[in-house]
Amino acid sequence: MRIPEQVHRLAIVLAIVIGGTLLTRFVIIPRSLVSTELHWAQTTQREATRPLKFAGSTACQDCHEDVAAKKAKSFHRVLACEGCHTPSIKHAEDPSAAKPTVLRERKLCATCHAYDPSRPTGFPQINVTAHNPLKACVTCHNPHDPVPPKVPKECAACHAQIERAKAVSSHALLTCTTCHKAPERHKTAPRTALPSKPDSRDFCGACHGQGAAGAPKEAPKVDLSTHGARNLCWECHYPHLPEGRS
Amino acid sequence: MNERREFLKGAIVFFPAAGVLAALAREVAGREAPAKDAGAKDAPKPYTPADHFYGMGIEIDKCIGCNLCAVACKAENRVPDEPFYFRTWVERYTIMRDGEVIVENISLGPQKETMADAREVVRTFFVPKLCNQCQNPPCVQVCPVNATFTTPDGAVIVDETRCIGCRYCIQACPYGARYLHPATRTADKCTFCYQRIVKGLQPACVEVCPTQARIFGDLKSRASRLVRFKRMNKIHVLKPQLNTEPKVYYAQLDGEVR
Repeated sequence: MRIPEQVHRLAIVLAIVIGGTLLTRFVIIPRSLVSTELHWAQTTQREATRPLKFAGSTACQDCHEDVAAKKAKSFHRVLACEGCHTPSIKHAEDPSAAKPTVLRERKLCATCHAYDPSRPTGFPQINVTAHNPLKACVTCHNPHDPVPPKVPKECAACHAQIERAKAVSSHALLTCTTCHKAPERHKTAPRTALPSKPDSRDFCGACHGQGAAGAPKEAPKVDLSTHGARNLCWECHYPHLPEGRS
Repeated sequence: MNERREFLKGAIVFFPAAGVLAALAREVAGREAPAKDAGAKDAPKPYTPADHFYGMGIEIDKCIGCNLCAVACKAENRVPDEPFYFRTWVERYTIMRDGEVIVENISLGPQKETMADAREVVRTFFVPKLCNQCQNPPCVQVCPVNATFTTPDGAVIVDETRCIGCRYCIQACPYGARYLHPATRTADKCTFCYQRIVKGLQPACVEVCPTQARIFGDLKSRASRLVRFKRMNKIHVLKPQLNTEPKVYYAQLDGEVR
């Protein structure tokens, strides 16, 4: 039997369509578009080979030994060099190609050391407008070994948060030393030599006890024998801001 | 009639030949790429992602809100400079006497002095935020094109060549850690600085943190700083009720933080 010519032609067209489909699916479409594993591996590889900007904490020490040794003993020992000196991987790879810069203005130090009530208590903070305004920090402090040029006279130099709370309280006129005796060593080793706190109820009672002699008239009075006898006063009342809300 | 026959003949030869040529070209390219790779990796030990599983620890009491982490992240990862694109940022929480909780993103711009009457403030502190690199990530589940996924070492990353910018993942992330990159129009997020961690370096934010409030480490290594951090502190994660199993662990986290 003779196969009609139309069937021949149709067979050729069919073969082309099927062949084309197979070709597209298995050869022309990249495998990464079909295989999830391959696609994810390629993406991971691309992420892993992105260029770096920060050389890392150990890169600077190899050349700048003197600065690194000084900084390692200072309060700034955990600071990364590139935190202040800008990201410098180009300088680490070829020292002459690029130089790290440093901002010598007050606002660089103020990033960390400006007073902010949300900062943890005891973190060294200053009032930027009151603390030697217009003078660059580096004229008095060495950023690689930042100790105060002289021992702070005021408690508020470190305890700014307490100072601010006290300033608006009815205890504003009391000095810190009225209630706290700070050993001299507290100024150089603040966490090992702690200041004292009032250790008896009679201390507050000198002003707030009923019938206390010489107590200010406006100080609220309580009967020490009945009022919260098992606790020290400052275990319930916050002496730096005793009134809370008026 | 003749022309059509000629055309069909040509097509029969052309298409398979083109396919074979394309396949050959890809073979050659494929052989070249791994060869280059092996040369680069010769010096140090090759990095095996499956040997690691990274996480981050954040100690709230150490954060001073200096914002260096957010600045370093932008520098390292080409995050747009506009102050509303972040891979990591810092929030200030202020809890008032009447129970109101004020949350401010301090990475948005120059810091304001104080916002509230000190007498009304019960407590105030900073919380650094970033992608939590969840072990059960909602953003990966919703991606319609498989463009985002978790690497074997525990980083959730985005393939910017496949992402279609549909923003499903941005909506799905309960931590608000993703954003649409304005240049590529694709989703972008923290990768734990994947390019750094595969080389044994710390992520940029951990590198510059001046108080070590951020700790980075390998959960599979018993000697890593992160494992020690988890042992020494009482740990909490953000939104544990969502079962996302974050790998960013917070110490001293306040109950008001969400």
